Amino acid sequence: MEKANGTYVLKMDNIAKEYSGNRVLKGVNLHIRPGEIHALMGENGAGKSTLMNILFGMPVIHSTGGYEGTIEVGGESVNIDTPLKAMELGIGMVHQEFMLIPGFSVTENIKIGREISTPNLASRIFGRSMETLDFEAMARDARKALKTIGLQIEEYVKVAGLPVGYMQFIEIARELDKTGIRILVFDEPTAVLTESEADRLLEAMRVISAQGIAIIFITHRLDEVMAVADSMTILRDGEFVARKEIKDTDVVEIAELMIGRKVEKLLDDELPDTRALSDDAIAVSLRDYRVDMPGEQVKGINLDIRKGEIFGIGGLAGQGKLGIPNGIMGLYKADGQVKINGESLNLDKLGDALDHKVAFVSEDRRGVGLLLDESIEQNIIFSAMQTNGRFLKKLAWMQLYDAAAAKSHAEEMVKTLDIRCTGIRQAAGSLSGGNQQKVCLARALTLEPDILFVSEPTRGIDIGAKKLVLEYLAKLNREQGMTVIIVSSELVELRSISDRIAIVSDGKLACILAPDASDADFGLAMSGAWKGGEKDA
Amino acid sequence: MNKKISDLLFKNKVVILFVFLGVGATIASKQPLTFVIPELFTRIARNSFIVLSLIIPVIAGMGLNFGIVIGAMAAQIAIFLTTYWGLTGIGGFLVTVALATPFSVFFGFLVGKLFNHMKGNEMIGGLVLGYFAEGIYQLVFLFIFGGVIKLDNPTLMIPTGIGVKNTIDLKDTVKYALDTVPMLTIVEIGFYLVLLWLVGSVAFQLVKKQTVNWKATGIKAAAAVVVYGLTFIGPVERFLAADRLLLLSSVELACLVTVLWQGFHFVKWKIKGSHQAVEGEPGGFIPQKAIAYVLLAGVVYGLTYVPALYKVLIAVKLPVMTYVCIGALCAFNNILMRTRLGQNMRTVGQSRTVANAAGINVDKTRIIAMIFSTVLASWGQLIFLQNVGTLSTYGAHTQVGQFAIAALLVGGASVQKATNKQALLGVVLFHTLFIVSPLAGKELFGDPVIGEYFRVFVSYGVIAMALAMHAWKKVVSPRMGSIGSAGAVASASKAG
Amino acid sequence: MRNPLKPMVDKFGLPRVIIVSFFLLLVVAAGAFRMNLLQLLSDVIRRWGMFGILALAMVPAVQCGIGLNFGISMGIVGGLLGGLIAIQLRIAENPSLVAVHPLFAMWAAVLFAIVVGVILAVGIGYLYGQLLNKVKGSEMTVTTYVGFSIIAFMNILWMLLPFNNGELIWPNAGKGLRNTISLATSFSGVMNKTLAFSIGDLTIPTGLLLFFFLMCFLVWLFMRSKTGIAMSAAGANPMFAKAAGIDVNKMRITGTVLSTVLAAVGILVYAQGFGFMQLYNGPMMMGFTSVAAVLIGGASPKRARITHVLVGTFMFQGILALGLPVANQFIPESNLSEVMRLIISNGIIIYALTQAKGGSGRE
Repeated sequence: MEKANGTYVLKMDNIAKEYSGNRVLKGVNLHIRPGEIHALMGENGAGKSTLMNILFGMPVIHSTGGYEGTIEVGGESVNIDTPLKAMELGIGMVHQEFMLIPGFSVTENIKIGREISTPNLASRIFGRSMETLDFEAMARDARKALKTIGLQIEEYVKVAGLPVGYMQFIEIARELDKTGIRILVFDEPTAVLTESEADRLLEAMRVISAQGIAIIFITHRLDEVMAVADSMTILRDGEFVARKEIKDTDVVEIAELMIGRKVEKLLDDELPDTRALSDDAIAVSLRDYRVDMPGEQVKGINLDIRKGEIFGIGGLAGQGKLGIPNGIMGLYKADGQVKINGESLNLDKLGDALDHKVAFVSEDRRGVGLLLDESIEQNIIFSAMQTNGRFLKKLAWMQLYDAAAAKSHAEEMVKTLDIRCTGIRQAAGSLSGGNQQKVCLARALTLEPDILFVSEPTRGIDIGAKKLVLEYLAKLNREQGMTVIIVSSELVELRSISDRIAIVSDGKLACILAPDASDADFGLAMSGAWKGGEKDA
Repeated sequence: MNKKISDLLFKNKVVILFVFLGVGATIASKQPLTFVIPELFTRIARNSFIVLSLIIPVIAGMGLNFGIVIGAMAAQIAIFLTTYWGLTGIGGFLVTVALATPFSVFFGFLVGKLFNHMKGNEMIGGLVLGYFAEGIYQLVFLFIFGGVIKLDNPTLMIPTGIGVKNTIDLKDTVKYALDTVPMLTIVEIGFYLVLLWLVGSVAFQLVKKQTVNWKATGIKAAAAVVVYGLTFIGPVERFLAADRLLLLSSVELACLVTVLWQGFHFVKWKIKGSHQAVEGEPGGFIPQKAIAYVLLAGVVYGLTYVPALYKVLIAVKLPVMTYVCIGALCAFNNILMRTRLGQNMRTVGQSRTVANAAGINVDKTRIIAMIFSTVLASWGQLIFLQNVGTLSTYGAHTQVGQFAIAALLVGGASVQKATNKQALLGVVLFHTLFIVSPLAGKELFGDPVIGEYFRVFVSYGVIAMALAMHAWKKVVSPRMGSIGSAGAVASASKAG
Repeated sequence: MRNPLKPMVDKFGLPRVIIVSFFLLLVVAAGAFRMNLLQLLSDVIRRWGMFGILALAMVPAVQCGIGLNFGISMGIVGGLLGGLIAIQLRIAENPSLVAVHPLFAMWAAVLFAIVVGVILAVGIGYLYGQLLNKVKGSEMTVTTYVGFSIIAFMNILWMLLPFNNGELIWPNAGKGLRNTISLATSFSGVMNKTLAFSIGDLTIPTGLLLFFFLMCFLVWLFMRSKTGIAMSAAGANPMFAKAAGIDVNKMRITGTVLSTVLAAVGILVYAQGFGFMQLYNGPMMMGFTSVAAVLIGGASPKRARITHVLVGTFMFQGILALGLPVANQFIPESNLSEVMRLIISNGIIIYALTQAKGGSGRE
């Protein structure tokens, strides 16, 4: 058995990486034997993609000061400084998004950029680019690659119109067609596939690994890991947690390792809690709620959020948690039944949620949350002006901007939230991330909402601002009785502030957990081991 | 089946609309076909080349190249200079081509560079660039020529000595220079080119110490000698001595060639064995299809005996060399697409993201496409000018892009897809409308001007429609390839 | 920072710096040739008022997100029709109106033309806005050709419309409307003449400027209204607007209609100052001129303010007005000025296109 003899095709040791002072990888090891399927696991932000960027010699690594640690491929120490180098070393990647051209045939897609061609007179004069393509030789290679993974399609059909599952296989065939491929990275390959397609893919992975090609399998689906992988590495917060053989471990242990208990107190002083939460007073009620948000599909959720509570919604990226608030606010097409304080919400009517006193702080600050070129003042008062008609004065039949009222309100907000700026006239785009987030929050609060949705409130802001934002949210909840719903990828943050936490997986509610539930519970819920929300807090 | 037909009709709606418009307007104009058809063939000869020059940028994903106006300007600068130097005939024409080429290569390079800075806005950019270049062009012709560079030629220059006259007569210089090359010369040139190609290939292979396929080379050389030898036979020589070909003769020739060609393939297929042909695979020989072609050739030949058609067919004389050039460009467009470069262009045209990830130099490929298009456009403009015989210094280029693009679109092309066939069909349909619409306007409204306005409206309208359809499609279905911009690892792991 | 000018060039863009320098150079040259600067200034001011409203039409278009509106010919056509109807009805020659004051009758005519033009433009602009909502991300390309098409289409209509006033149609048996229609008997120069005064050689067309400033003020007022602010937000960041419950498509239509209406008003103001109305291909390139003017003033395809209109139009028209006599000093009777117009206006547009990133709808 080759697998057992201890030689590694890839050895990455003590890999560390800093982005402008921020350590995202802290001494990570990744060891992979030839012909094994190795799962690489971890939450969002655990450092998986940075590690892969290093492996592929991406410019983003080398333009920010390189990395520390050593890489050995096939026993030889190497320095991978360009993607080309990675390719020459036989490292390939199957993308989650397909790098295919629908109008091309399967052969053309497999051979893209690496066509086989024969010289002619023109090419001898003008160089290789004028060489004539040898379609027959290309078709032969394509057939061979398709056969290797057992895909039964003709190599001359157009990719357009093929089922999604086939496209993934063509991507794989393209990697296999490259000569000397030794390591193949699959980046969440099953995310876009149906169940049966996913099964076929796993089967193909076994076939490929049986030929001695090592596979790095990035995924968060525990069942798939258990089914196909030989070994695994778990990362958490940029740290190496463990390397395990699959046969020596089980689902619960893996889930625990992925989550881990982090001791980081984000709320300093306990605010006096005088709230009386009741299952009879429901602020937001969702029934068979679906949202068609690209990359964050919600596929039928039933959920009740009580009045006056802080409710957390967690889950991994792409699982649909972000779709929930975006659908309610009308940013993406949604259907199902949504009740706000008992009143039905018309999801097709833009701005209906705002009229029901629901406010939203978007996760996409620069894209949705702010008018980057406009002043802080404009950004703060905009929604309230449009929805509630505030900051307007009447002149004849016209409703004109009331500059004085807007100014005084904006200045007050800047003071309350401690927004660091040169003045309320500063363009929002030139603020730091944390201050931008405060501006977004200020705009939502200006609406004087009953219910506040906050999406990824601390993404991309520093620890100080993070604390301030969370404390302020808690204060709003305790002092004004505002129902706050926090949607976040950061479990620590949710667990430190929420009363209950819903975990969304694959567009559905996995379960609702108490903040002090065990790490294993959270890990299993997020990894899709539970479906349908049976386990309730 | 019904669905198939309605799909087919819907796909070709533009072509069908213009067939009806063209036929309707021809009938309304009350002009005999013996007037319309010869006029049409003149215009096909003049305009096809420049329309064909639009295809490469479409394939490379740069849309309709409004920048061909700049190629036309390069041609006009060249033709002005050779006229000033007093060069005439086919020699003068070739010098003009040789002069226009470096100009247009340079301009094409600049345009390509600029377009790389405005990806996605190439079309509006090209249009505005055309107007901008017009300003520069006028600056050169009105003030630099004569003002800065002293040019002494009273027939070309405005009497004050500064600036070039409005029209330049090419009658005594390069008018019909290309049209009047005798067929005999064409065959001769072809013969020498084939020989040169064979010798060159063999020489290269010998130098590079590769094996030379002597048998194939020998057969090719022998075939070339035989064809060349045929021209020494009396009647053939007399037939070929002319520079124009009767449309009737060309139709007969085409029928003959079709039959011979299919026969040749049939024999080849028999020898190789019929089992190799797989249906649906490109390049396979299908006997049924061959028979259909032969039958079609027969029917067409039979039709030439219909008196009404016969009258038309003997009224049209084709300038052979010009049509050979157009054919050669069609062939070039096809051959280019079977090379590495052509495949790169296609890839870049379909998705820049995917092309980039596959290690194709997107910007460079786009610049090369622009250079090709600009050079071809300048040659096309030269073909146009030598046929028209006068150079309208400040007007000849202004509508070039407009009309060429409209013609291409009328043939059924779109912003993303264009073929030789569509270009040629478009030229036929668009120029039919062009010829007859003033006359139809006169018959229908009592004023030819209305017809003229109508055809201008059509040319703008068809472009506006094509652009709107393209933009609409982009909104409705966000393209597939471009999603791949997420994930940093994803997009560049294959770069290099 | 070796070159102290570099930050400035980066901020304004090289072409703008060149154009401003060129303008200053022309002023100096005109002075050096001992031309009558006051007279030239009068000319610049007159052109400023005449072209200003056409350039102003860019502001709502850019702000609502459709970008530089090359298709203002849609509105221009509406304005021209309004003018034609006013002449056909001989409003300026109506005895009861003339009895009050001849100038009053002319004002009545021009205002009538404007009202008709505006009504038509609202309709056209609405349809046009619907079209633009279907082609998000490629508006500029589409508007240019739709603008050309409408001009070509109107060429046919100008031949066929049943106007019969002798001022409008060809005198002897020709078919259709004239190419250039004199406004001498209707509203030629009505705004220019109103309250005009001269100081030495400097003539101030007070009525014209007042009307121009009034339009600017109205647009400014609109931009500060609830709808105007919502419209700007919809243009700057559609997703942001949507999150605030604003119907982005509706806002785009509002902006398009407003732009079209301003174009209709603008062409009539231009025509009265010029003394003629140009039909057929006359207004073909008006869109380009207006776009160039706001761009020179500092606008971008995403942002345009009224100050951009004021500065840009003044600068652009200043160059054209000064350029002609200065160029004539070098080469008499040349149309160097026309060449200059082509190069400057198209050059600045190309520059703006290279600055705009792609055509993607959501950024």
